[in-house]
Amino acid sequence: MAIATPPNPAAAERMERLELIWESRPGILGWLTTTDHKRIGLLYFWTTLALFGAGGAEALLIRTQLAQPNQHVVSPQTFDELFTMHGITMIFFFIIPMTTGAFGNYLLPLLLGARDMAFPRMNALSYWIFLASAVFIYTSLFIGKAPDAGWFNYVPLASKKYDPGHNIDFYCLGIIFNSIASTLTAGQFIVTILKSRAPGMSLNRMPLFCYAMLAASFGLLFALPSLSADTIFLFLDRNVGTHFFDPSHGGSTLLWQHLFWIFGHPEVYILIVPAFGIATSIIPAFTQRRLVAFPLVAIAELLVVFIGFGVWAHHMYTVGMPTVSMVFFAAATAMVIIPSTIQVFAWCMSFVTGLPTFRTPLLFIAGFIFMFVTGGLTGIMFVAIPFDQQVTDTYFVIAHFHYIIFGAAVFPIFGGMYYWFPKVTGKLYFERPGQISFWLIFLGTNLLFFPMHIVGLLGMTRRVYTYPSGIGWTAYNLAETIGGFVTLGGILVLLGNLAVSYFRGPPSGPDPWRGPTLEWTTSSPPPEYDFAVIPRVTSAYPNWDPADREADRLKLADGVLMLERGHEQPEVTPVDGRLARVAHMPHESPWPAVLALALALLFTMLLIDRWGTAGIMGIVCLLALVGWHMQEPEEE
Amino acid sequence: MKGPRRDRRFAFLVLGVVPLAGCGGSQDSLAPHSHQARDIANLFWWMMGGAWIGLALVVGLLVWSYKRRKRRGFGDDVEGDKPGEKRSWYAVLGLGIAMPIVVISTLFVISDLFVIKTTQAPASTTTRLTVKVIGHQWWWEVRYPGTNAVTANELHIPVRTPVRVEVTTADVIHSFWVPELNKKVDTIPGQTNVVELDADQPGRYRGQCAEFCGLQHAHMAMYVFADEPSAFRRWLSREEKPAQSPSGGLAADGERLFLNGPCSSCHAIRGTDADGFVGPDLTHVASRTTLAAVTIPNDRDSLRNWIVDSQHVKPGNLMPNFSVSGHKLDALVAYLEGLK
Repeated sequence: MAIATPPNPAAAERMERLELIWESRPGILGWLTTTDHKRIGLLYFWTTLALFGAGGAEALLIRTQLAQPNQHVVSPQTFDELFTMHGITMIFFFIIPMTTGAFGNYLLPLLLGARDMAFPRMNALSYWIFLASAVFIYTSLFIGKAPDAGWFNYVPLASKKYDPGHNIDFYCLGIIFNSIASTLTAGQFIVTILKSRAPGMSLNRMPLFCYAMLAASFGLLFALPSLSADTIFLFLDRNVGTHFFDPSHGGSTLLWQHLFWIFGHPEVYILIVPAFGIATSIIPAFTQRRLVAFPLVAIAELLVVFIGFGVWAHHMYTVGMPTVSMVFFAAATAMVIIPSTIQVFAWCMSFVTGLPTFRTPLLFIAGFIFMFVTGGLTGIMFVAIPFDQQVTDTYFVIAHFHYIIFGAAVFPIFGGMYYWFPKVTGKLYFERPGQISFWLIFLGTNLLFFPMHIVGLLGMTRRVYTYPSGIGWTAYNLAETIGGFVTLGGILVLLGNLAVSYFRGPPSGPDPWRGPTLEWTTSSPPPEYDFAVIPRVTSAYPNWDPADREADRLKLADGVLMLERGHEQPEVTPVDGRLARVAHMPHESPWPAVLALALALLFTMLLIDRWGTAGIMGIVCLLALVGWHMQEPEEE
Repeated sequence: MKGPRRDRRFAFLVLGVVPLAGCGGSQDSLAPHSHQARDIANLFWWMMGGAWIGLALVVGLLVWSYKRRKRRGFGDDVEGDKPGEKRSWYAVLGLGIAMPIVVISTLFVISDLFVIKTTQAPASTTTRLTVKVIGHQWWWEVRYPGTNAVTANELHIPVRTPVRVEVTTADVIHSFWVPELNKKVDTIPGQTNVVELDADQPGRYRGQCAEFCGLQHAHMAMYVFADEPSAFRRWLSREEKPAQSPSGGLAADGERLFLNGPCSSCHAIRGTDADGFVGPDLTHVASRTTLAAVTIPNDRDSLRNWIVDSQHVKPGNLMPNFSVSGHKLDALVAYLEGLK
């Protein structure tokens, strides 16, 4: 039983006071100035969903162009812009912000037993910067100057000499801009996870979802500087006349590739580890069993990101590295497989020994395991350097990483959308169309991506805007295109189902699944203060500890640990989760949105070479920061 | 191990699809025609066999969980919210740690200590011929060091002879890849990479640029012709010779047009004043089977169309459309067709 209804008038009064302290301003101004993690999570959700639509439309245009040989649906230039924007969008503007920004923001405090993120205004800033960077980079597509050298953007193709327009400047500035948002998210996630847990939630009692977010945040924090350095170097090469990547002046073209993949491979794990977190939330709920080998899985989630930092050069086996370097990176690539296999079999054994009810969320997780294992097995093949050198830059690789990125990252996102839909809306989704949407997406993606393995082995290279007939590739390409549209159908059924459920769905109550973690102890949708009483936690599955929940109810009746006197939340020691102090939280603020707007203008001025105006905008940013800190809440 | 052909049939049976006969040539990494490509293909078949077993194991576990969805845990261990935990741990330790360590170590040793040696770049002492291939946006320049021969997009090598191919670039990064003969190597500015070609049967092998290199990356293919050694020597000695000036008629008009017009600022024809280096060397262009990096066949209509409308055939390529027609066009085409 959740604490949704106050047990006595005194408790009702205290909850009313909490409501007054935590509620946002009404109307649009409330959304612009909000620091509520749930509102920011929803803003992230709607923005990334729209960008998912854009990235998906780009993908379908690519597939339409390639459905038959020698077609002219789009021009070669448009095709290059489409596949570049597809990659950038799905990686930087959909999966990372969807899993961390939307799922992470909405759910982390709810799973940790907190009332907000550790730095709510920094959180708001990350969203507004993210939104501005998305608008910035999509402007390029609408003025016909979208990045066109691939998301990997290799030099010298991306240098001023071979790409003189503003296309690549949009890329450099857009990526740097977006990285600021991701860095802000990552930094405050780490602090939130380590400091803002409910007292009693020591690290070994922390839900696996939070471990996954912790791993992804550390990954982002350490990987992004490499990408930022790379894009800044390129921007300087293009606009100031430096020679970082120009071998004729002592630079190196491979420097770009190394810096890019030092970011780029950890990035792959950053994309999928939060999805592992979603999976490890859904599996216990729908098998009614604690996840098998909890400590091993927690360590594996962290290890996969850590080892992921040592494998980058396996993207570069064909550039002519010494054999000994390649063998080193192949060994690291082999090692990173172990934490993944640990998790796969822990998930599977939880299915086997629990009582799985194959409702839509668990179906998506079963589909996710299938896709992840398929993509993982072709990933293991890349340990074999000669085979990697044969199939790299072919459709075989596209098949491999779409099984990982669509199968292993997006399937859990869909599963998570169904799983937490009742929590966010207070309504139940409809089960039958949910299952239909799963099967359409599952069959569609396999028809879309499996033939790519074959056509890649048959020699079809990546990033070609067309291909000749009579070479044995046509039928597979047509099948892939059909699969793409079946997948689209499935996604439309999913979104339609959720939309109809929002208006017509039966009320869900606080805990429709008998979920294991703290978010299911509060009402659906959760109140602005998340929890009326700071919950008591003695295990990683607190909602399955009836004694603790009974204790919370007594505390609510007696008004203990409600912190209803101010805008407050407890802070704990990072490892043991002992109460350290009660922190005063900042209120809503317009400054994050103002600062993001000033930054957007700064980046626009850099783009159009108005260095002076850019400097002025830099000063405006500093002034915004001053304004921000003038409102810093008083310490008691 | 089985021969490549039998392997291939087996493969498509396993993949559950029927191979489509190609008539435009194939660049099928599973139809190897050299010992390197065969080693890589065999490596793949073994890995794919293992991959299907691994996938079957996981799918089996999921199906099993569905069949026993009403039963918790194992044996007596059915109570609490961690039923069957002990045996599940054994399964995770065994299948999730021990098994992959054994399987992946084996794969690592076989592929990265042994197979890698056979596909490695050869020392120049072990090969009998060196060919230089230079990637351009969007075509391949081919040179035979020690001779005057320069050609484009169609690389001839002697069969059953290890050939050292040194790849470089004139502009951006490309990747030289003839999958039926060997792995790919990138062309990196300021760096020379090497790959060995050693075809075991005479024939024509299709290759293609594998690294995205701009607008016409899709139309940057090449053919490798593996000829009998005697035929190769004949081809090379002909290719070395300068072009013969036409003795008169239409072709002689064409030569004048070529040398005095814009053509010669980008193209070279050895034996004449034309020494451009932006586009392919045309000294023996008529001896090649295709034009524009294996984009169109080398016949009269395609050649005419290429001269006047190359931007339609290969949009964005560095050759502009030329508004020549009538006698002038006939003359140019006649001249180029004579460059055997």
